[in-house]
Amino acid sequence: MSLRRPAKDQPESFEFNTSSLEAANVIVAKYPEGKQQSAVMALLYIAQKQNNNWIPLAAMKYIAKFLDMPYIKVYEVATFYTMYNLAPVGKYFVQVCTTTPCMIRGANKLVEACKEKISENECELSDDKSCSWMEVECLGACVNAPMMQINDDYYEDLDKEKTLDILDKILNGETPKPGSYRGRVNNEPENNRKTLMDLKNA
Amino acid sequence: MLKDQDRIFQNLYNDKGSDVSSSQERGDWVNTKEITDKGRDWIINEIKESQLRGRGGAGFPTGLKWSFAPKEVGSRPHYLVINGDESEPGTCKDRDILRFEPHKLIEGCLIASYAVQAHVCYIYIRGEYFVDGQKLQAAIDEAYEKKLLGKNAAGTGWDLDIYIHYGAGAYICGEETALLESIEGKKGQPRLKPPFPALIGLYGCPTIINNVETIAVVPTILRRGGKWFASLGREKNTGTKIFCISGNVNTPCNVEEEMNIPLKELIEVHAGGVIGGWDNLQAVIPGGSSMPLIPKEKCETLTMDFDSLMAEKSGLGTAGIVVINKDQDIIKCMARIARFYKHESCGQCTPCREGSGWMWRMLERMAKGEATKDEVDMLGDVTNQIAGHTICAFGEGSSWPVQGLLRHFKKEIEKRNNLDPIVQKKNNIPYLVDQHLLDKKNA
Repeated sequence: MSLRRPAKDQPESFEFNTSSLEAANVIVAKYPEGKQQSAVMALLYIAQKQNNNWIPLAAMKYIAKFLDMPYIKVYEVATFYTMYNLAPVGKYFVQVCTTTPCMIRGANKLVEACKEKISENECELSDDKSCSWMEVECLGACVNAPMMQINDDYYEDLDKEKTLDILDKILNGETPKPGSYRGRVNNEPENNRKTLMDLKNA
Repeated sequence: MLKDQDRIFQNLYNDKGSDVSSSQERGDWVNTKEITDKGRDWIINEIKESQLRGRGGAGFPTGLKWSFAPKEVGSRPHYLVINGDESEPGTCKDRDILRFEPHKLIEGCLIASYAVQAHVCYIYIRGEYFVDGQKLQAAIDEAYEKKLLGKNAAGTGWDLDIYIHYGAGAYICGEETALLESIEGKKGQPRLKPPFPALIGLYGCPTIINNVETIAVVPTILRRGGKWFASLGREKNTGTKIFCISGNVNTPCNVEEEMNIPLKELIEVHAGGVIGGWDNLQAVIPGGSSMPLIPKEKCETLTMDFDSLMAEKSGLGTAGIVVINKDQDIIKCMARIARFYKHESCGQCTPCREGSGWMWRMLERMAKGEATKDEVDMLGDVTNQIAGHTICAFGEGSSWPVQGLLRHFKKEIEKRNNLDPIVQKKNNIPYLVDQHLLDKKNA
């Protein structure tokens, strides 16, 4: 299990804005009547997006009321799943995969790059408070290892130089292009494709 | 090598685009009505005849699973749930289906929903795949627009709604009952079985849960016939499978191949060989991180299917092949996997919650050479205390890789860790609950 604690500084109140409210109502309609509790995960995402990438306790209380369920159940969900950030992570949240398939292809170099550019320790905001990084478990892009995720996007086939380059860009407020950084097409074997050749040439 | 026309996922590398019209060119959504018109029993029988086994890891026969759904819909509706919570280290096949072949999946959902009489289908996607989920959502929206979903979907007379539910970074939600808990808006902690989800599942209603890849191959099987699918591979291990080859190979890739393909062919032909040559190979994890590793000697002749890997005391799992060469420290690799399981244990059962941490800490020390001689056997004991003593299969999944390491690399561990035990005299220190049984056996 992973230990997760809510941030010490919590805002007093939280409320969905109009666009979040609209999105929340669309989500609740996906589930059968009386089963609105199912929407809690999606609503936590909406709250996280609205509140600058993290979820304050006030948002959990608000969602509990919104879905007519006990606050503790929302708290349980928010602390169980690791993708809900319970403390500020900055505008750009860098997650470096370091599980074995990435590790044996040099994920530690990516971690070094993050330490150099962002902050010495993980889950610590950079000097300008815009960015933080974290080691995470398998992100499911093992054939593109080593890789990292920045907010929703995957950056694949990296090495230390490329990572430093990407981090420089995000610290300047740019959004670098996601995908493979060795120029390969999706998950095909690089320069070694032996299948579906007629489609490739077509 | 499998012939190109026998490959189900023609768009695996996105040569053609994933929208409805290009999918139709590849044969999706053509005469879906003709398939459903043949009736539920025909569909289920055809799938049984194809001997399709679930692609999510356990390899349960899909046709059999579908036949467990109640024949008549009672007071409770039926649900179809698609498991796209692909989190097994070494596996990244479902992601490609979600983003490049979404219509194979959506059509498969329609046919499967018809077969098990479900009107609502939830597709559970891991939260990290948000971008790929958006692509699937776009495909679903397009399908609604073209009347391939919704009321009278694709002219079959069957009503179907598909919704995407995003996970939020919990590996355990790939376990089917934990996944249901997660959809219900709770912590993803597995349920006791029985009752099985086919009778009491989502919201207490009959629910069939299948992996993304399993459902995505269904339309092609029904079009080309169960016999065609069964003719590929070998008895009880039929058809094709997407293999993900990662780790120390020259060209890591996803490739669809026939079941029972030699492991050496996969690595040498598709993945461009091991870095440093075949002789530099140390071990291979054949089916995602939960499956015990296989040392080099056995990799020469090994074929990749459920039963032949089972015979090697490993398993096909999700077919995520992680190649580890001699430049890597094998104990460190396994310690990292143990850390993964320690992080992902849901915390419900004590043996797994505590044991996964034990295994990680012991392996970390062993990698540094700080463990004592007797700890090697103690580690084996710990794995045995976890496996089989938990609600779900996570216990096995976390202890098998460690057991595999002990089985094949015990000498390596012992060589590095030759400190004398802290307690020299053989006392009865009851570090195990079952110490008295061991004593009896040793007496």
